[in-house]
Amino acid sequence: MTFFSRLLHLDRLESEAIYILREAAAQSRNPALLFSGGKDSAVLLHLALKAFRPENLPFPLLHVDTGHNFEGVTQFRDETAARLGERLVVAQVEESIKRGSVRLASPTASRNAAQAVTLLESIETHGFDLLLGGARRDEDKARAKERVFSHRDAFGAWNPKSQRPELWDLYNGRLQEGENFRVFPLSNWTELDVWTYIEREKIALPDLYFAHIRPVVRDGAYWRPVTPVTPAAEGQLVEHRLVRFRTVGDMTCTCPIESDAADVSAIIAETRLSTLSERGATRMDDKVNEAAMERRKREGYF
Amino acid sequence: MTQTQTKLVRIVTAGSVDDGKSTLIGRILHDSKALMSDQVDALSHARFSRAEEGDLDLSFVTDGLESEREQGITIDVAYRYFATPQTSFIVIDAPGHEQYTRNMVTGASNADVAIVLVDASRLHQGALKVQTRRHATIAHLLGLKVVFAVNKMDLVNWSQKVFQDVEESLKRLSRSLGITNPAIVPINARSGDNVVSKSPAASWYQGASLLDILQNQGDGTDLSELPFRFSIQRVVRIDGHTKAAQRGYAGRIASGQVAVGDEIFVGPYRRPTKITRIETYDQSLDRAEAGQSVTLYTEDEVDAARGDLLTNGNVAYANRITADLCWLDDQAWESRRRYILQQGTANITSRIESVLHIRDMQDLSEVRGDQALKLNDIALVQLQTQTPILADLFQDNPKTGAFILIDPDTNQTAAAGMIRGVA
Ligand SMILES: Nc1nc2c(ncn2[C@@H]2O[C@H](COP(=O)(O)OP(=O)(O)O)[C@@H](O)[C@H]2O)c(=O)[nH]1
Ligand SMILES: [Mg+2]
Repeated sequence: MTFFSRLLHLDRLESEAIYILREAAAQSRNPALLFSGGKDSAVLLHLALKAFRPENLPFPLLHVDTGHNFEGVTQFRDETAARLGERLVVAQVEESIKRGSVRLASPTASRNAAQAVTLLESIETHGFDLLLGGARRDEDKARAKERVFSHRDAFGAWNPKSQRPELWDLYNGRLQEGENFRVFPLSNWTELDVWTYIEREKIALPDLYFAHIRPVVRDGAYWRPVTPVTPAAEGQLVEHRLVRFRTVGDMTCTCPIESDAADVSAIIAETRLSTLSERGATRMDDKVNEAAMERRKREGYF
Repeated sequence: MTQTQTKLVRIVTAGSVDDGKSTLIGRILHDSKALMSDQVDALSHARFSRAEEGDLDLSFVTDGLESEREQGITIDVAYRYFATPQTSFIVIDAPGHEQYTRNMVTGASNADVAIVLVDASRLHQGALKVQTRRHATIAHLLGLKVVFAVNKMDLVNWSQKVFQDVEESLKRLSRSLGITNPAIVPINARSGDNVVSKSPAASWYQGASLLDILQNQGDGTDLSELPFRFSIQRVVRIDGHTKAAQRGYAGRIASGQVAVGDEIFVGPYRRPTKITRIETYDQSLDRAEAGQSVTLYTEDEVDAARGDLLTNGNVAYANRITADLCWLDDQAWESRRRYILQQGTANITSRIESVLHIRDMQDLSEVRGDQALKLNDIALVQLQTQTPILADLFQDNPKTGAFILIDPDTNQTAAAGMIRGVA
């Protein structure tokens, strides 16, 4: 005999995420919510309000800042935290570079992978034992394997070959000293679910998710943004194109797509028709190696 | 977009290693146009691919870890999502190796239907493999609907005779487990015959394609029709320490419905009170039902806390229960040890008093006696708890009839449990 609930699709996902958020807060001593200003973290923050208001959130917001942010994203991050009256902790990759725990191949090298180091340092400094993140299983084949409550050892490492069993919705959040959990309330959401939820809930996002003119250069299948850290090379043709970002990450590895979708409903229509996956269309960091995400996660990445 | 009423179907694969589970999931996603072109592209270049030139190794759609691809096996479950106009699917690919049974149990506990695959070409006189029996048993114990797929029919030239032999064995297995009228579908996961659409390869097969069968099952039982059950996740305090201070109880309704004015009862001692308000972030509701996350306010100070249970009073609590266990921990059961029993949000100290029987996976017989419970064992046990627990039977209410046992020293999840009776 099987059982079902009558909730509609988005209501079901919303309620599950709220349930997970509350379990995460109840089962940890010192949690934090990863908030980058990107769309998934904006959705996660919105769900956290639904889970905990009228009280204040039982955790601070944490941003691991590569310092290579697109315009408007850090303002959005700061303004959002201030508007909600929630505490924001910013951990700078720049600080890790100064300390010597991160060494870059060149000053403009991608700081994306270095985020893991800064994140682990921040976990140690603040004593965080659980981090809530907006990652979804449909993003990547390694993420597709991850538990909702993802256990990390004392080095912050994910061990995909011996994950804890995770039965029904009975989450076991128990830890030994020094270990931590990464918890993903949006595990079962797809990109389309995120956008339809943003539309329904009228969740604010940084402008660069919507179509705008931007200087870009062609790089294989990508339009690479021209920015202070990713200038055009000698002789490269800089074009001004109508584009939007499908994901927002470090400037060195995130590319926009050509699009005239200027509002959420146009983005939803485009997402329905898209034949490229979200990361496939936008992320250079995953192209380097087939198992790029898995390797980063083993090193302590979100 | 307005929300449409889509049915949710959660599917897990099951069966022995190499019988084609991962390939089947890849095939379902591929033929349902649920793979993106860059993902297909990545498959065609993938290292360790077992496919011939120009072909795709569809098992890599879910076998996404480096070591899985290198070894050509599935180690842990992968979750993938796709939708047809009427149904949204979660497909969960599980590993076949005995060593990874706990991962299969993880996948099965999050599914409604299990597709148990059998390799038609590797059955000697119709004898099913141990893992086929083990997985069918687990799926059935966890309350899943079981659908059988007889795979690799190409390797036996779509022989109706071979299919009938396998079918006979599967029917015998079903009878011994108490599975009634299971669907049994001949398929070729690699080429897709009978997977998403019916194939001309087997003119003798009268049934529907596998995906049609998965899509068109009955709905089952509506959780909101069951008795009201609500595990408190969090106590909410409004206006802190003032006289007008109010305590609310946040949680997700496990089953049943609740309305303002309803009389409800807290915990095993059944302190009664009335619901005065049902709140969400931005709404005050008159009523709410199974699946909704809400905050409930009560008339009296009932002094309830996280882990306490609110019910409609139609309820049995017990100190001693019988339960089916799937043992998941590398460390075997130790009779003197206490385990934390987690049911809903409650954590209760418990002890396994006796092992009533362990299932023998060779012939599914029940072996009596007080053997040690070890990794991958499936057993019926008698449990004692320090304080009374809600004794809803798993088959009546899987939301409250399920629990896990946690080893308090290692923090490992030691077992998955299903309440079967009051002892
Ligand atoms: N000939 C044939 N081979 C198949 C079929 N389904 C799967 N295979 C092959 O069987 C092997 C094991 O498949 P896999 O999906 O990894 O099995 P799993 O261990 O059950 O997940 C792979 O080489 C597949 O290509 C089928 O229907 N016919
Ligand atoms: Mg497999």
